[in-house]
Amino acid sequence: MPAAIINTASRYGWATILLHWLIALIFIGQFLLGFVMVRLESQRIAFELIQLHKSFGFLLLGLIILRIAWRLGNAVPALPSSIGALERRTAPLAHLALYAFQLALPLSGWALVSVSTLEIPSMPFNLFVMPNLPLAESDAAEGFWASAHWYLAYAGIALVALHSAAALRHHFRLRDSVLTRMITPSSGGE
Amino acid sequence: MYVRLLGLVAVSACLAVPVSAAVALGDAAGSYSISQAGSSIHFTIGKAGGGGFDGAFARFKGAIRIDNGDVGRSKVDLTIYPESVGTGQGRIDAFLRSDAVFDAANSPEIQFRSTSVTRTSDTSALVTGRLTARGKTSTEKFTAELDGLKAGTIKFHVTGKVLRSRYGMDVGTPLYSNVVDFDMTLTGKRG
Repeated sequence: MPAAIINTASRYGWATILLHWLIALIFIGQFLLGFVMVRLESQRIAFELIQLHKSFGFLLLGLIILRIAWRLGNAVPALPSSIGALERRTAPLAHLALYAFQLALPLSGWALVSVSTLEIPSMPFNLFVMPNLPLAESDAAEGFWASAHWYLAYAGIALVALHSAAALRHHFRLRDSVLTRMITPSSGGE
Repeated sequence: MYVRLLGLVAVSACLAVPVSAAVALGDAAGSYSISQAGSSIHFTIGKAGGGGFDGAFARFKGAIRIDNGDVGRSKVDLTIYPESVGTGQGRIDAFLRSDAVFDAANSPEIQFRSTSVTRTSDTSALVTGRLTARGKTSTEKFTAELDGLKAGTIKFHVTGKVLRSRYGMDVGTPLYSNVVDFDMTLTGKRG
């Protein structure tokens, strides 16, 4: 495997970088799609967009599982030496929270469609039927998971905003390699 | 000689017709109006991964005219009010009535007008006609089975498959099948 694909002790590899940006793009797209699809006048377009949201949700879940496995099986580059003690302790917690939300959000969506009394099947990108989670369907359960999915989405996007702000702060204020090393492996080495 | 032979064949053919059918046909000729009491219009749509969902229309009206002697000249008219659709799940009913499916506010009627009736057995016929829904018309075929006839009341069991995409109602395919299976009991009262 070419060396630039995997992580090293000083930089991220292409696999991590691509997964990061692909997930970021889908995650933000899913938030916007979710926001729009429940506010549409046309029930027909809403229905189709909800199915698209489900398709991307399952794709996201697959990518996140892949990403977590990749992270666990790869080196994690050390933070630049300029980073202070407080951030050195809190950054991993913020990242852990981001991973937790990335996993919890699609799972809560899957739970929502599984317990829904509408019993609409899930067929990611019309390719195959995704089975439901083994949860009992009821209006109460549907209400619970709809709320859970909603709160997780808003909390998740707030965390993404915080994460983005931190990355921009590193780039423009602290002028370190924290942002650029997530753009290309060649920027990682110190 | 040929004429007499032909006559004999014709008489034999008449004798070969089962008595019940002969009685049914003779008695059935006439005009009937479809009565909601004793009638039902059910439909089923298959779902990806198995199962499906069932629904029914509660309000409809129509007429059946069975021609005396020539079943082929019989007529069936049926008007269904999609606003009356029911599936047992209010949110699905609202979805079906909306512009996503029936658009009941702008297209309040689904109409079927038969164009030909072909007898397929003593008690059954293939009914071909023009189905109009949401401003789109297409030819559909239904199988009608005579289910009962007594005291001015005639009952048919009617089945048929309709492709909903022909009527601009293909929302949700292939999650939900394009094929709508109709299963109707139409009871007509003479007069």
